[in-house]
Amino acid sequence: MLKRVTFRNSWLPYLLVGPQIIITLVFFIWPASQALFQSVLIEDAFGLSSEFVWFDNFADVFGDPSYLASLQTTAVFSIATTALSLSTALLLAVMADRVIKGASAYKMALLLPYAVAPAVAGVLWLFMFNPANGILALTLKGLGYDWNHILNGGEAMLLVVIAAAWKQVAYNFLFFLAGLQAIPKSLIEAAAIDGAGPAKRFWTIIFPLLTPTTFFLLVVNVVYAFFDTFGIIHAVTGGGPYQSTEILVYKVYSDGFVGLDLGGSSAQSVVLMAIVIALTIFQFRYIERRVEY
Amino acid sequence: MVENRPYLTVLTHLIMVAGLLIVLFPIYVAFVASTHLTEDVISSVQPWFGDQLIENYGTVLQSGKENAGGVPVSIMMWNSTIMALGITVGKIAISIISAYAIVYFRFRFRMFFFWIIFLTLMLPVEVRILPTYKVVADLGLLDSYAGLTLPLIASATATFLFRQFFLTVPEELAEAARVDGAGPIRFFIDILLPLSRTNLAALFVILFIYGWNQYLWPLLITTDTDMTTIVMGIQRMLFVADAVPEWNLTMATAILALLPPVVVVVVMQRQFVKGLIETEK
Repeated sequence: MLKRVTFRNSWLPYLLVGPQIIITLVFFIWPASQALFQSVLIEDAFGLSSEFVWFDNFADVFGDPSYLASLQTTAVFSIATTALSLSTALLLAVMADRVIKGASAYKMALLLPYAVAPAVAGVLWLFMFNPANGILALTLKGLGYDWNHILNGGEAMLLVVIAAAWKQVAYNFLFFLAGLQAIPKSLIEAAAIDGAGPAKRFWTIIFPLLTPTTFFLLVVNVVYAFFDTFGIIHAVTGGGPYQSTEILVYKVYSDGFVGLDLGGSSAQSVVLMAIVIALTIFQFRYIERRVEY
Repeated sequence: MVENRPYLTVLTHLIMVAGLLIVLFPIYVAFVASTHLTEDVISSVQPWFGDQLIENYGTVLQSGKENAGGVPVSIMMWNSTIMALGITVGKIAISIISAYAIVYFRFRFRMFFFWIIFLTLMLPVEVRILPTYKVVADLGLLDSYAGLTLPLIASATATFLFRQFFLTVPEELAEAARVDGAGPIRFFIDILLPLSRTNLAALFVILFIYGWNQYLWPLLITTDTDMTTIVMGIQRMLFVADAVPEWNLTMATAILALLPPVVVVVVMQRQFVKGLIETEK
């Protein structure tokens, strides 16, 4: 935590932490406490007076069917995105671990989507699934399926899940590959000598040993699906059709900035904060344990 | 490889190639579309590159997309560059000095400061949208580069990374520096900074991508079209009422939006991988 040899200076350390603390206080702690404060107030239509209403805003939020629907949408979206990107990444990482020739070229290409912004990833997939001229939409049409995510909520959800997972595969791939390469080769060789085939070795040795990596990625992916995918939703579907892709973060934005419901939006922000804090604590507790391994 | 199973090797390569196709195909399709005339991509799919590459990219860079506000993409890219570099340099600068203070100095409220920084981990911009917007508006920073960068440059992860690294630096170095009469600033500049070079490079790559790809924040605080960044500007091109959707121009913009971070990843792959793994520890 602290060096044995330290410098002594009465003002320098404060000057050094100063910028970060000021930025944090002004742009993080103050707004967050404002959100907490706003979430227990109701403002009148002109913003002239506000009234303290205890937890009415929270009661409203959780009593609102559209919020509960959004909660459900978020759950579907994050579970689907996490499952799709983790399974694809694991498959590719296991294969990349086996490959000898061309391994670095494969790796390089698979890392690229990480650099693509979520919104741009959304635009790329939107173009391919565009009913009028998208290559995949037209292919589906040729096969007799009329794809139209602008009208069909389920297809819109599928589209944003694919775009979100596509971007995240790169990250998961990298961590799975690192996890795989950390598994001692002697274990695998011993199992092979005992007559276990590749599939059996994977399920009885490799997959259990990857559990720490998988758990870590699970948390990271859920955080990603909850918060970093705003750009995909906003650019591709705008939460539609009929709120079928309106995840929580998007709802905070649309209620606060488009609907101008200050108290409700703040209450939603506080709920989101609680989710992030829970996830962060979970992640840190888990990492603490990983160190002991 | 513990045994030789030819069919499995073939399968492995097949799956890897399928993976590559999934990863690269969307970019390929967008790039192909960006080299055609509007008429050619409006209701059909073009399998191979057209001859409009220079025209299309020239159009978007110089005059943008007319029916979507007509902001030249070169301006958007300039704004994105400033925002990305501002966030990157700002984050690195304030994190490295605060980590230095926390590791190398004994002072009152040290742990208190540390916990304040830690708290920022739990408050991503997405959860404090409205109040942060209000703070920035009250400070008069809307539609400015300061407003685009400042609220995003406090970062616990970068501070933790430097803290972690400083803790691994041998004690003897600071001791020797003190014996030789070097003060804390001298020690930081002459010894600690050069030692942090690889960490700085790794962090630079990750933060540049993070900064360039910002979407929600610029969307909120910029109303002036001259302050549009490319990643959010592309969204305005998607839904244009009463006009022919010029997919070729939109896709050219998409390619320009993903090019800088992709180039950074390709050129600095080693630092990128290191940065990704270290910032998540």
